[in-house]
Amino acid sequence: MDFSHFLNFKNSSIKAVFAFFLIFLSFNSFARQENESVQDVVKDEVTQDSHQAKEEKFDPTVIILEHIGDAHSWHLWGHTSIPLPVILYTPSGLELFSSANLLNEHHEAIPFKGKYYTYLNEEEHIVVLDSNGKVDETVSSKIIDFSITKNVAALFISVIVILVIFSSVAGSYKKRVGKAPKGLQSWVEPIVVFVRDDIARPNIGYKFERFMPLLLTVFFFIWINNMMGLIPIFPGSANVTGNIAVTMVLSFIVLVIVNVNGNKYYWSHIFKPDVPFWLLPIMWIVEIIGVFSKPFALMIRLFANITAGHIIVLSLISLIFIFKTLAIAPVSIAFVLFMDVLELLVAFLQAFIFTMLTALFIGTAVEEHHH
Amino acid sequence: MDLVTPSIGLVFWTALSFLILLVLLKRLAWKPMLGAIHERERSIEEALNKADLAREEMARLSSENETLLKQARVERDEILKEAKEIKDQIIAEAKNAAQEEGNKMIEKAKVEINNQKVAALREVKNQVASLSLNIAEKVLRKQFNDKQKQDALVSDLLNDVKLN
Repeated sequence: MDFSHFLNFKNSSIKAVFAFFLIFLSFNSFARQENESVQDVVKDEVTQDSHQAKEEKFDPTVIILEHIGDAHSWHLWGHTSIPLPVILYTPSGLELFSSANLLNEHHEAIPFKGKYYTYLNEEEHIVVLDSNGKVDETVSSKIIDFSITKNVAALFISVIVILVIFSSVAGSYKKRVGKAPKGLQSWVEPIVVFVRDDIARPNIGYKFERFMPLLLTVFFFIWINNMMGLIPIFPGSANVTGNIAVTMVLSFIVLVIVNVNGNKYYWSHIFKPDVPFWLLPIMWIVEIIGVFSKPFALMIRLFANITAGHIIVLSLISLIFIFKTLAIAPVSIAFVLFMDVLELLVAFLQAFIFTMLTALFIGTAVEEHHH
Repeated sequence: MDLVTPSIGLVFWTALSFLILLVLLKRLAWKPMLGAIHERERSIEEALNKADLAREEMARLSSENETLLKQARVERDEILKEAKEIKDQIIAEAKNAAQEEGNKMIEKAKVEINNQKVAALREVKNQVASLSLNIAEKVLRKQFNDKQKQDALVSDLLNDVKLN
């Protein structure tokens, strides 16, 4: 299959879109100036007053970072949120309680006395309080947070979604042996065939079949999670693939798979490159950095792309609250709509690039002969 | 800084759920799906190859049929020709035989007729001879009942002898 037609929008439609956004460009720059002055005012007031003022005034940075970050409860609207389980590995033992205990009815953080310690949710970090109500730094640094946070819950939801989709599709393959695909099957099959024929086979070569399960899982995991992240309400809204921990795990798996499958040509390319002997130590350093930098780039690329998309969408929405007027809403909505459509493309593109580069790295590791 | 600091919990849960997902999908989805897709592609290819072969076979058969038909036509013509020849020959032979037979029969009939004619003539001659003898006898008897007449006859006869 050829996906190049994604990039070949008709010229006229591109022009129309650009023209549409140029109309709002002046508004936008004007908005920026306003924004800065508003922020100055906000900062002043924040420094003068206490937490009360902070709730009253709108600070887009805080709001946006809150939305793209992780949380111990799943915020739905207003003061309504879904409590999630908090699991803490403390020096005294395992602690398990609901995150609802850490919030009062006004949605403010309150201390909770657990089995071993008293806990407080300090900007989504669980800290331990001592008897005086002060943060006990030594114990706090020792607890490990294994909570089912918003991102973990969203991750579980997308894992279930993926499992439901693909087990049902696999079921229809068993039911309709040798027949043409139908329904969900015909939506999934071209993508699976695309991953096989355009990602795995050309990059890995004849050994591609062994890596197909990994590549397909990575592709659909990233894609489905990207798209779930674009849904603004539950069960979406979490920034799973825009979280460095998630992308780190994915790229670590790639690192392991690539190096475990590296053959003698791969390793000889790293340790016995074709250079004068006195250059070898430098080459070792360079090559070993290369081994790690490739998955590292994967990690950063996915994280940055998805997070950036979320930040842009949230910033555009924030405009309405910065101006405190509904008049700006159509502009914001138009921009957000454009960004969402773009993000839909980016969601696919990032999944594709991640899988493609994974296949490429595996390909260099299992390639039969070099030079 | 929070944004780029991976939290251990999320790392743990992501790793766990991804690996479970990988194992489950490999078992539940990818194996049967890729297998089925591969199988179907293979069967389609096979079917196409078979169709090609069948087409070739058809072409071969039709050309064979044509040659067979041609041969049959030639053979038929030959047979017809032969039959015609045989027919002509038979007719000719029959004609000859009939002629010969007829001739023979005619010959025989002629001979028979001749024989019969000869026999009949002989019979007639005999009959005529005996009849004439009888008549002559009867006439002579009647004639020679009286003496005068005998004399007259003798004289007649004698006259004839004179004439001779």
